[in-house]
Amino acid sequence: MAIVSTLVFAVVAWFAVTRSPGWPRVRASFFNSHSAAAAFPSILSGLWLNIRVLVVSEVLILLLGLGIAALRTLRGPVWFPVRALATGYVDLFRGLPLIICLYLVGFGLPGLRLTGTPTDPVVLGGIALVLIYSAYVAEVFRAGIESVHPSQRAAARSLGLTHAQMMRIVVVPQAIRRVLPPLLNDFVALQKDCGLISVLGAVDAVRAAQIQSAEFFDFTPYVLAGLLFVLLAVPCARLADAAARRLARREGGF
Amino acid sequence: MSDPVLRVSGLVKRYGAHTVLDGVDLAVGEHEVVALIGASGSGKSTLLRCVNLLAEIDDGQVWLDGEDISDPRVDTDVVRRRMGVVFQAFNLFPHLSVLANVTLAPRVVHGVGRAEADRRGLALLERVGLADKASAYPDRLSGGQQQRVAIVRALAYEPRLLLLDEITSALDPELVGEVLTLVRELAEQGRTILMATHEMGFARHVADRVCFLDGGVLIESGPPEQVLEHPEQERTQQFLRRIIAAGRL
Repeated sequence: MAIVSTLVFAVVAWFAVTRSPGWPRVRASFFNSHSAAAAFPSILSGLWLNIRVLVVSEVLILLLGLGIAALRTLRGPVWFPVRALATGYVDLFRGLPLIICLYLVGFGLPGLRLTGTPTDPVVLGGIALVLIYSAYVAEVFRAGIESVHPSQRAAARSLGLTHAQMMRIVVVPQAIRRVLPPLLNDFVALQKDCGLISVLGAVDAVRAAQIQSAEFFDFTPYVLAGLLFVLLAVPCARLADAAARRLARREGGF
Repeated sequence: MSDPVLRVSGLVKRYGAHTVLDGVDLAVGEHEVVALIGASGSGKSTLLRCVNLLAEIDDGQVWLDGEDISDPRVDTDVVRRRMGVVFQAFNLFPHLSVLANVTLAPRVVHGVGRAEADRRGLALLERVGLADKASAYPDRLSGGQQQRVAIVRALAYEPRLLLLDEITSALDPELVGEVLTLVRELAEQGRTILMATHEMGFARHVADRVCFLDGGVLIESGPPEQVLEHPEQERTQQFLRRIIAAGRL
């Protein structure tokens, strides 16, 4: 039944698109096999840059996000300034549009002409991604940390564990398990937002598509780059599903 | 006479305007088993939390082996290493195996090597008949088994004082026995125990002394036969009448 309904839907959609008055023009400029083949190598090498930025950024995002979440969940009046600082960071970078952050970091930071500031658009773009995404990920981690029942903290402290040991051994491992699905979701979002470093001039898959598109006067390279991004996201989305299922099974055991 | 293991004097604990403990005095001597009884909300659990410094106290002192541990300059992490706590809801760490739960404190807090901690942990689990569960995760165990693991976890670093907080209240009735048997063995081994309990029969057989708490005040204290069978105070008598009416004695 699922197969039949899917087929019917696909056939209807196919006819709606291909019988539209503008279809021949669209097909010629968006699905041109010749320009796709010509653009493929440079888009692929651009995508390789995206993947490297993705991996390095994600590692930094996870570390920074976890650190900020740990600071935000400190208790007691002594830690108020630290909490306030961490909250301010999250408020700022969760509210700031990524594209503006990219411009500010990408053009503002080198503009300061301080020694040691990076000038490579790839590095600058990566910094902007880390700033924005670590704020999101910090909130995900914080939700996870706060979902661990206070009795777990009491048990850990009663054994003589320090706050840091309690967080590291008891609270954070349980928190990470619970927030794995939303973390993977943010990871997929980061995959495509990596393409935005192209606005700083880094020759990634999007920028490569733009160059090729100008060369052939058609949009096929964008379609190709888009397809590759989707292909990149699919395994991660399935992984997120599997993680969520596993979690549901385990929680059900309680 | 040497210092008692635990001495509490004039302990006051408030939550907002509500006074949960209102000047409690109590001492637990070496090898002594003291049972705290009283209705829910009488302050039994809060007293245990204050002794373990899990709750901040508002007034009074707590002494452990002659050291004032309620002094704000005391390092609470260091003090807690000398006490073991078993909670009503077990509070085992669900992401760690049974053996890892048991060996966590010896390894992380007391610096025992992994091999040695594992060896001792397994020996302890063996003694409570759970050696075959060492690599299982807590959610695969029955409530009674989980609570026995929690007791072993609290014993693994040889605490001076064991605090048991209504450890059978969350168990199915048929599982209560195995946990109480274990506590009785601990009492016979000469462990120093302060326990909050609803099990009057158990308190009578195991405790050296029973203390009745009501409204945050220690109303009556003495040998179990005396407090449970011939209570002097009116409120103790009322409480025990209700317990008997409920068929719990």
